[in-house]
Amino acid sequence: MKRTIVSVWSWLDDRLGLSALFGPSLKHLVPRDATWWYVFGSATLAAFIVQVITGVALAFSFVPSSAQAFDTLRFISEEAPFGNFMRGLHYYGASAMVLMVGAHMAQTFLFGAYKYPREMSWSTGVLLLGFTLVMGFTGQLLRWDQTAAWSVVVAAEQAGRVPLIGDWLARFILGGSTLGGATLSRFFAIHVFIVPGLMFAFIGLHLWLVLRHGISDVPVPGKPVHPATYRRDYEAELQRTGVPFWPDGAWRDFVFGTAMILLIAGLALVYGPPPVEMPPDPSILEADPRPDWYLLWYFAVLALIPERMEGVVMILAPVLMGMILLLAPILGSKGERHWSRRPWSIAVVVLTVLMIGSLWIVGSKAPWSPNFEAEPLPPSVIRSTDPLIERGAELFHARACLNCHLIEGLGGRRGPDLTTVADRLNETDLIIRIVNGGTGMPAYGHILQAHEVDALVAFMKTRSRKTLPSSGPIRVDATGPAPP
Amino acid sequence: MKEDTPTPDSGPAPGGLPTRETVALLSRRRFLSRLSIGLGVACAGIIGVPVVGFVVAPIFRKVAGAWRTVGQLDDWTIGETVSVVFEDPSPLPWAGVTARAAAWMRRDGEESFTAFSAHCTHLGCPVRWMPGAKLFLCPCHGGVYYADGSVAAGPPPLPLFRYDTRVVQGEVQIKVTALPITTTL
Repeated sequence: MKRTIVSVWSWLDDRLGLSALFGPSLKHLVPRDATWWYVFGSATLAAFIVQVITGVALAFSFVPSSAQAFDTLRFISEEAPFGNFMRGLHYYGASAMVLMVGAHMAQTFLFGAYKYPREMSWSTGVLLLGFTLVMGFTGQLLRWDQTAAWSVVVAAEQAGRVPLIGDWLARFILGGSTLGGATLSRFFAIHVFIVPGLMFAFIGLHLWLVLRHGISDVPVPGKPVHPATYRRDYEAELQRTGVPFWPDGAWRDFVFGTAMILLIAGLALVYGPPPVEMPPDPSILEADPRPDWYLLWYFAVLALIPERMEGVVMILAPVLMGMILLLAPILGSKGERHWSRRPWSIAVVVLTVLMIGSLWIVGSKAPWSPNFEAEPLPPSVIRSTDPLIERGAELFHARACLNCHLIEGLGGRRGPDLTTVADRLNETDLIIRIVNGGTGMPAYGHILQAHEVDALVAFMKTRSRKTLPSSGPIRVDATGPAPP
Repeated sequence: MKEDTPTPDSGPAPGGLPTRETVALLSRRRFLSRLSIGLGVACAGIIGVPVVGFVVAPIFRKVAGAWRTVGQLDDWTIGETVSVVFEDPSPLPWAGVTARAAAWMRRDGEESFTAFSAHCTHLGCPVRWMPGAKLFLCPCHGGVYYADGSVAAGPPPLPLFRYDTRVVQGEVQIKVTALPITTTL
């Protein structure tokens, strides 16, 4: 039996030439000490393969029609066998891919692997990062629920800010002058054909560069890259101590990739994909669109940039960042590779992680958004039976003050916390502030009647440290309304 | 072709100047490569130009505004701001619910109305009217507008966009147009 299989394989391999084609690539020598730090690239590829397979599977049931996609999403999530699991795999696979791209970039950056002769490995990788983010964004749109529909609008508006051609770009994204029948099929074509096609091409190129230049050797402090001698030294070292990629190097990629895929499957089983709740009906104005986690930090950027710089930050900053990333290896292709001799490289990675991390946290809380769910303040917070103060507390809710201001942990975070405002502002200050507004606050002068201002001020004057109940912690960190 | 025919890279034949045949062959090869590349470009153009035209066509599809009835005159109380739902100017048959849109509309006088786009001028999110505060609040990045649509706070660069309105035989209508896009230049 075994002999038959072997002879059939030998015949096929002779006629197809598979060993001749792939053998040298599989067996090529890699540096012996390229160990666990080198698994992130292959893990990204593994996540990409998961995405291709689960994506093709989802396409069996997904109808890319603006009218019907939402229903097919519901069908896949609720009725199709393994449907919810498949969506979960695709969602957590995407998340894993974004994370692995990030880890891969950080590792190759810290190891100076982008230097001579691997500059183009880095630059093609930067393009692949861009494609990955585009896939993440367009993938969220294919969920075609309320958030997806509004995200297309936000994307079109953002594109609209591009000088001169903004209006055209916006129409290109919408597939016309409004959201509608043409919108989803465009994003389907982009998400399923165009960007994956580009990714296959660039992943192929990226992998070819691994074979052409070899994976980078582990950097040693005090051993800089000299273009004149690097290739010769690398080759000599490989011949002396290198090991064949298959299986001496590859097993770690398989172990790490398997762990990642198990984690993806586990998350898909336990937590499942994001729910499909509201339909993509733009006439439902009670919407609170938020991007998926991998773009939540950018959502925070859009809220936090000063208005005057908006055009610059929205349009110029991504372009500049992209250019810097693409050209980085050409600007610094020689010299020390080890991170201990390139302290700024550590600073760049740490600052990037801190920046995106803190934007993430603030993006998930979105303190700049009013809290539309604010309920009227309960008597336990008002703590007065004075009719004027009670009226003031009522108005504080009815006139939407509470949507933006916190009182003892209740309300919104758009404006300052007013739990102890009477300690900061006297009656005159309060009136001036309410009537004239301030930075980020509307002027209520022509909205409120004089007696309403009086009631609000009377209520505000009861908000001081002295009158806070001494027992029990003050709830200053609750995001939602208090339970009744 | 013989194996020892000169290639364009091999320079003059050994032993002196290129022969007349070599020159002819090289010029023939130059012609053939230019021909092949030219044909490739032509093919790319034949297929590519219509493909690009097809894909970017929506950019140039100008939509004329369309009057849509959003209610009867009697449905409105003067001074009240309510949301109205209507259909896009030229919906595709397969648009489904995405052909729907909404605006905030207020009856100012007997037959005069103001209709505000529900899209925040910052990045297009749907603003909500807060009747008690007489403000429009945006849920995305904190934009706030006064009752007249002017910016009260937050990042919006422009007041809320307005639609034309009219009353025809007791029917309240608004002229729905393209989704308003805030541009820089």
